Amino acid sequence: MSFVKGLKCRECERTYPKRPIAGCEDCFAPLEADYDYDAISRVLSREVIASREKNIWRYRELLPLDDEPVIGRSTGATPLIRADRLARALGVENLYIKNDSVNSPTLSFKDRVAAVAVNKALEFGLEAIGCASTGNLANSVAANAAAAGLPAYILIPDSLEQSKIIATSIYGARVIAVRGNYDDVNRLCCEIAERYPWGLVNVNLRPFYGEGSKTVGYEIAEQLGWRAPDAIVAPMAGGSLITRIQKGLKEFERLGLLNNEVRTRFFGAQAAGCNPIVDAVKRGSSDIRPVKPNTIARSLAIGNPADGYLAASTIATSGGWAEDVTDPEIVEGIRLLAETEGVFTETAGGVTVAVTRKLIEQRRINPDELTVIAITGNGLKTQEAVELAPPIVIDPRIGQFENVIPQLTAAA
Amino acid sequence: MSLKITVPTPLRRLTDGADLVEVEGETVSEAIDQLEARYPGFRARLCEDSGALRRFINIYVEGEDVRFLDNLATRVAAGSELSIVLAIAGG
Repeated sequence: MSFVKGLKCRECERTYPKRPIAGCEDCFAPLEADYDYDAISRVLSREVIASREKNIWRYRELLPLDDEPVIGRSTGATPLIRADRLARALGVENLYIKNDSVNSPTLSFKDRVAAVAVNKALEFGLEAIGCASTGNLANSVAANAAAAGLPAYILIPDSLEQSKIIATSIYGARVIAVRGNYDDVNRLCCEIAERYPWGLVNVNLRPFYGEGSKTVGYEIAEQLGWRAPDAIVAPMAGGSLITRIQKGLKEFERLGLLNNEVRTRFFGAQAAGCNPIVDAVKRGSSDIRPVKPNTIARSLAIGNPADGYLAASTIATSGGWAEDVTDPEIVEGIRLLAETEGVFTETAGGVTVAVTRKLIEQRRINPDELTVIAITGNGLKTQEAVELAPPIVIDPRIGQFENVIPQLTAAA
Repeated sequence: MSLKITVPTPLRRLTDGADLVEVEGETVSEAIDQLEARYPGFRARLCEDSGALRRFINIYVEGEDVRFLDNLATRVAAGSELSIVLAIAGG
């Protein structure tokens, strides 16, 4: 059962059969899965989707697998939370959080893409799987590979947060820390893909894996009652997520699954210390000037984003905008989300919340618009980023407890 | 001056399958001229008609992206390693 006819170059439209391949051999642009939407529209309806298990495979006709998925049965269907307390703090009225910080198995939106990639590697009969990663993809590829019984080779920058390294190694993955930044790791990974018969998730499985991100868009629409929101704010690293959320909404529209037209404006969020896509949007261009990342938001620290040009043009043509925030603003964003909604997100989520605040202050997002913030990762993975006062220590005596109460309430 | 150039798979059809090619040149641009002379059509795969590097191609000199250096005018020392790498996704 597959609705993917083959792969097609996004730029020159040359077609390729389904196989592990990094990009177009003529113009080197990314390849896309080419779906038979007419056939899909005959079998996929709201009722069919609603009758299925709550995971990403309820949209399976729109994902690039040929066989039934073997792993990833717990992935997706993350909460869409109406965020009234955060909304009040930001001065808006109609705000939601898409909370992928509780995705399964590894607490980030990367579980969606890794599930697709690892299933695809099994279909292709590849002997191992690997990736270059800023952390979240590493965690998820390692976990999904373990569940699939495939060896995993994970390449990470040597500066990565300790918890992201442990949350990769624990699955028995072969972890290699590379001296340098993510772009250096990526370059090496490309050269590895040339020499070894492995599935490198973000290299030769790229045409397939990115499709997993579309499920963020499908879920938002379904959870809003088959509607596209007015605005979506999403973090940007390689730039793929924001473009795939839009693709997901457009596909739903094309298949007649929505109650409204997709007029969603897309807003991209980056850290000031790594803002090549924001910079392009502000210049009114989709031409990316690479930067050397320097930010606590390591999961977004991609200085030469491969889908940057597409992200910049998606944002511009949707009528959206992009903004960046400083490291202190990122930490404030993390705290604000935790204290208003009880959601502890990682640095990337801090970026997204802080950028949302900025966009609202700039009146680029209006108070009554239905706005969804994509929270993509979990705060337990980047605890180093947040410095909080240590707890007050007392002896187990009620008198001491009563003495510290005034201090605690004053701090709150 | 001899430079070692790593050629990615999609371009090896032009280099008779060779993944490592040695050429002479003092800048990236001169190296590309040499590649073009030896393997006609090579330049068009790397560069737009305007002469600028294609969007999905990265060239690294000793591990440094030439976009951070002097682009195609970047000078290269004898014995340098030059990698041609396709832009890829990440996260």
